[in-house]
Amino acid sequence: MSEVSALERPEEKRDEVESAVVRFAGDSGDGMQLTGTQFTLTAALAGNDLATFPDFPAEIRAPAGTTFGVSAFQINFGARRIMTSGDSLDVLVVMNPAALITNLSDVKPGGIVIADSGAFTSRNLTKAGYESNPLETGEGLEKYRLIQIDMSRLTVESVKEFGLSNKEALRSKNMWALGLVYWMYGRPRKASVDWLNAKFSKQPEIAAANIAALNAGHAFGETAEMPAEIGGYSIPAAEIEPGLYRTVTGTESVALGLLAGTQLANVGLTFCSYPITPASALLHQLAAMKEFGVVTFQAEDEIAAVCAALGASYGGSLGITSSSGPGIALKMEAIGLAIATELPLVIVNSQRAGPSTGMPTKTEQSDLYQAVFGRNADAPMPVISVSSSTDGFDVAIEAVRLATKFMTPVMLLTDGYLANASEPWRIPDISEYDSFKTNFTTDPKNFEPFSRHPETLSRPWVKPGTPELAHRIGGIERSDGSGHISYSPENHQKMTDLRAQKIDNIANYIPEQEIEQGEANDDLVVVGWGSTFGPISRAVSNLRIEGLGVAQIHLRYIWPLPKNLEELLSNFGKILVPEMNNGQLVTLLRSQFLLPAKGFNKVNGKPFLIKELEEAIRSELDK
Amino acid sequence: MNIQKSPDKLTARDYATDQEVRWCPGCGDYAILKAVQRTLAELQADPDQTVFVSGIGCAARFPYYMETYGFHTIHGRSPAIATGVKLANPDLNVWVVGGDGDMLSIGGNHTMHALRRNVDLNILLFNNEIYGLTKGQYSPTSQTGTRSPSTPYGSVDLPVSAAQFALGAGGKFIARSADILQKHLPVVLKRAYENHGTSFVEIMQNCIVYNDAVFSHFTEKSVAADMQVHVEHGKPLIFGSDLDKGLRLKKDALELEIVTIGKNGVSETDILNHDEKNRPLAMLLASMIPPEFPIALGVLYSDPSPTYDKAVHDQVESVKTKNGPGNFNKLLRRGHTWEV
Ligand SMILES: Cc1ncc(C[n+]2csc(CCOP(=O)(O)OP(=O)(O)O)c2C)c(N)n1
Ligand code: SF4
Ligand SMILES: [Mg+2]
Repeated sequence: MSEVSALERPEEKRDEVESAVVRFAGDSGDGMQLTGTQFTLTAALAGNDLATFPDFPAEIRAPAGTTFGVSAFQINFGARRIMTSGDSLDVLVVMNPAALITNLSDVKPGGIVIADSGAFTSRNLTKAGYESNPLETGEGLEKYRLIQIDMSRLTVESVKEFGLSNKEALRSKNMWALGLVYWMYGRPRKASVDWLNAKFSKQPEIAAANIAALNAGHAFGETAEMPAEIGGYSIPAAEIEPGLYRTVTGTESVALGLLAGTQLANVGLTFCSYPITPASALLHQLAAMKEFGVVTFQAEDEIAAVCAALGASYGGSLGITSSSGPGIALKMEAIGLAIATELPLVIVNSQRAGPSTGMPTKTEQSDLYQAVFGRNADAPMPVISVSSSTDGFDVAIEAVRLATKFMTPVMLLTDGYLANASEPWRIPDISEYDSFKTNFTTDPKNFEPFSRHPETLSRPWVKPGTPELAHRIGGIERSDGSGHISYSPENHQKMTDLRAQKIDNIANYIPEQEIEQGEANDDLVVVGWGSTFGPISRAVSNLRIEGLGVAQIHLRYIWPLPKNLEELLSNFGKILVPEMNNGQLVTLLRSQFLLPAKGFNKVNGKPFLIKELEEAIRSELDK
Repeated sequence: MNIQKSPDKLTARDYATDQEVRWCPGCGDYAILKAVQRTLAELQADPDQTVFVSGIGCAARFPYYMETYGFHTIHGRSPAIATGVKLANPDLNVWVVGGDGDMLSIGGNHTMHALRRNVDLNILLFNNEIYGLTKGQYSPTSQTGTRSPSTPYGSVDLPVSAAQFALGAGGKFIARSADILQKHLPVVLKRAYENHGTSFVEIMQNCIVYNDAVFSHFTEKSVAADMQVHVEHGKPLIFGSDLDKGLRLKKDALELEIVTIGKNGVSETDILNHDEKNRPLAMLLASMIPPEFPIALGVLYSDPSPTYDKAVHDQVESVKTKNGPGNFNKLLRRGHTWEV
């Protein structure tokens, strides 16, 4: 395509837009996640703010061409602050009919659909459930601007010189598509070229073929081969706080935060887990941090995982365990033991759609009841939640702080969406964080294992091996002070009360709740927690621009609740609590404060759309 | 001669707490407690470096009575908790105590995995073939036909053999003794202590209340000599009140048989020598059931191999050496970064 440059479109023809939502969708084998990750990196390097949403099938190797084998990666990037991965798509790239049929309804009216017509074979059409080829009939595509390109053929042509088999050549199809979308948004290819060279450094011909496909896709856009009405776009850099940035997923930020927290606490980190989607990635992350002395243990089951973590805490390191709802259920008896024996422990729950196996790769935030209430007996423990992919870092540090300072297990709630979604992250400087060094008890004078710090009410943490401090603890009720076995009714009452007081008292050691947006006496406040932060923030700010009296409060601390929250909430006319569950925080708030909070709930495995929230708020306000 | 006792020398009593022991009078657990305290005194084990971890059950009350560090946890999970203790602090001497229900029923999975990983633990399984604490239901080691509150017409399922299970799980140290063998038990416990890795000791324990005399067919004085073979590495497998019985391999079969020395031309040289490192032999010994065979007591199998906890820490150290000690700010900046 050497004559291409002659036909190059002038740069000034690009339309400037503030933000765009692009989704790459194809078969599991089409490399959509890699394509999306590359596009993300390039958008970040261009200075855009962004949010991503990878969406993969539950099946590991679903049969090619089927609807349940479709893998997609969505990115919202822009010149302004990006709060979500986007409600609806400006551009949908589909690599086969199954990807079209499963993703089309998310495209904006008038949006662009780019389809690889080469993959719309009768076999693939049948597998996707089409009776005729929609690219030919146009059926169902009336509302969209369709660009059909035989990407398969063009890819194979572009890599001809490398002597690959047809099958091998087609593996570069995703890079061809990426090249085309790079052209659409005026993006440089350098970062991806570098990445391909590094990734395939041992197979230079594969690297070269992928780069050739990337360039060919880009050149296709540059030439007049694209329909005339589809020009290029440009999205200027966003106004972003200066600093050094990287992208981070919720899993990465939590992993880094746990390590940072144990360093600030000056304790060892013993991470014990059993694989489960979407929590496993945390184990993978921490297992690769051994140079920091991190010990990871893949246990035989979730019970062994939490027990080993608790044993590690008893042994004088901080035990951390992680799972998703079904695994957390298995851990609860041992968490009760941690509460009874007042040992530190951090439990990370990457929530997913349930009950039972539910939809393991889809997100939900329906384990709040389980976290706050889901144990036998009166067994309170702190519960905190992560609200964005970057927030995981600070929340994980906070979990470690609370666990070690108050000698208690702490439940950290994140979810499947956050675990996989990435955001740009201004890299913090760890030296700017306050340390909270753990004081292990070593003085035998007047030592009692269940004596209490007068302010925090926490008991001493003793490393076994400490001279002259040998003592016994266990699950049978312990005497206040001595910790000896006690069946005294008065003692059980007292210890139950003390355990509750210790947790309630944590409200004095956490920040007061702030109002995210709006005024303290607005007509309505939207109260959220967890990963709904993004869409709620955007919905509230959109409506505030329209002049509606809507405020936003987003909770990090689920238990205990911030001590000023009741007063804050009682000043608003109405309280609306959107959740990706059937109404859990809303029940908690109503029961704690006797306030008429209303829920707005959905459980379809997908994050809230901004427009859904806007509608809910409007209807609550009769606007 | 006037022997001055060193003031630092700990006696068995120094390993006992001031807590009232709450087992039923006559329970075999008392004798085991005594034997453990005597063994630790003999070893002069440092109480501050010693941890007893247990699950739930009568046996699992054990840590409360030991003047060492102790953690009485939840039913069945002690091997997992003890594994965590060793991961955090590999220098500790960790003992795990539990009953047959605790370790082979609800906690069977954790026992299996501790054994196959070879975590450096001394596991003492008090086998009374019954659930003592919950008032006498049959357990996974109860003989078929055991009548109990939950099996009033007799149990119908087959029991598990603790020692065979442990061998099958890949255990590297398997031993057996009994509560009333006050000379034998400390010797076995000492061997368990000295072994690095999971030392699995099954201790036959009499529950006088719910399963009394269930082992009497081999523990009664009148039958003990004929119904017990005390195995010792390198020594012939001889037993009997006249020390005239022995075990040898059957011709043309992978089976043991009992022979009498001096009869049918059998001499002592025909008797099999015990070899602790021989797993198939250990399996044959573990599967002998009285009264057809004597029960094999002592160290049935011992073939030390690297421990899990050491391997985990060695790997951490080797990564540190290879990659250099971790630099957190560097870790944060790993991968693609860009300046705004
Ligand atoms: C999760 C759980 N399930 C059941 C129990 C009840 N329970 C306590 S001890 C026990 C069995 C004890 O038998 P064993 O382990 O053989 O110990 P022994 O009392 O015979 O020494 C049972 C079923 C419990 N404490 N926790
Ligand atoms: S019930 Fe049996 S095992 Fe338990 S203490 Fe009493 S005698 Fe011992
Ligand atoms: Mg028992």
